[in-house]
Amino acid sequence: MNVLVIDDSRAMRTILSGILKAIGFEVFEAADGKEGLSQMEAVADVALALVDWNMPEMNGFEFVQAVRALDDYSATKLMMVTTETEMDQVVMALDAGADEYVMKPFTRDVIMEKLELLGISLD
Amino acid sequence: MSLSSSDFKYVSNLVRAQSAIVLESGKEYLVESRLAPLAKAEGLDSVEDVVRRLRREPRGEIVDLVVEAMTTNETLFFRDNHPFQSLREEVLPRVIERNAATKSLSIWCAASSSGQEPYSLCMLLRDHFPELSNWNVRIIASDISKSMLRRVKTGSYSQLEVNRGLPAKMLVKYFSKDGATWQISPELIKMLELREINLCKSWPVLPSFDIVMIRNVLIYFDNETKREIMGKIRGLLKPGGFMFLGGSETTINLDDAFARVRQGATWAYQVAG
Repeated sequence: MNVLVIDDSRAMRTILSGILKAIGFEVFEAADGKEGLSQMEAVADVALALVDWNMPEMNGFEFVQAVRALDDYSATKLMMVTTETEMDQVVMALDAGADEYVMKPFTRDVIMEKLELLGISLD
Repeated sequence: MSLSSSDFKYVSNLVRAQSAIVLESGKEYLVESRLAPLAKAEGLDSVEDVVRRLRREPRGEIVDLVVEAMTTNETLFFRDNHPFQSLREEVLPRVIERNAATKSLSIWCAASSSGQEPYSLCMLLRDHFPELSNWNVRIIASDISKSMLRRVKTGSYSQLEVNRGLPAKMLVKYFSKDGATWQISPELIKMLELREINLCKSWPVLPSFDIVMIRNVLIYFDNETKREIMGKIRGLLKPGGFMFLGGSETTINLDDAFARVRQGATWAYQVAG
């Protein structure tokens, strides 16, 4: 199963990729929303994208809006993973089409529990 | 300095007598790590000082504090997911149909710790069973720990706690943010009836229940205590009522009066026959 991690912090991408690879996902990375959209096109069938909010070029919120405007990606689950922790931002992200929301800092368990909520198979 | 074997034995005997929690040899590290913050909070220099006070005041408040510190309060919203899916899709529809005449529903979350399980139930009932709005719904949340019950009553959770297991849609619907904490809605707090219950001691008078959630609790007890608790729950379950245990817990070889029944993606237990 293909998963995309979009974050401008290389360290954060490494942490998230490590968690996801350890449970058997094929992980692709992007450093901003624009690169994320390119990866969505390049990689077939992205089941899940983990998206930071604040990034250069195209931020995570804009990425969610852009992906949800395209029918091709309607099956892709989108999970914000961000330091933005105000209620307004959670509401905005969900309204734009995000499926889940993780506030940084997080633990491995938080990510695993959210995957379970999204019905993402770990097989 | 590590705990002496006599201090460890004293603490483990006391915790077993008060709560039936079994601390086998090898768990010295657990006693030390759990009692170190208590020593600090009580203005004592070390865990040894805590044990000294225990020996000096065997009926003092320090006993409750030590037992509370030794209970495990690991919990999260919608823990394990499957039991809640089973409640939503299988168990609650059946119980609601059965109780349609009396319009009453009673649920007990035993050992509810900081409240994530009973509040998950409240959210599930609100979201999926609006027909219960004019029912007499009684949800009892109990715990051995006074401080945990105080926490449940406040309904305040940290960011890490709301990150764990709680769907973002439910965070938005049922919580508000107050500084660094997330506050659950007063309507949900009002749905819970809180009780201080030590499962291994005598229980207060309780109503009969349609559903008992006693998950990830019995693992800490010896078999005799498990049997005793299961027997008491049997006496409280309504005919056809359901008991939910943790994923690694079972009644098999402990209480054969229970039958294990498949409920969707998980197992529940009903009184056999």
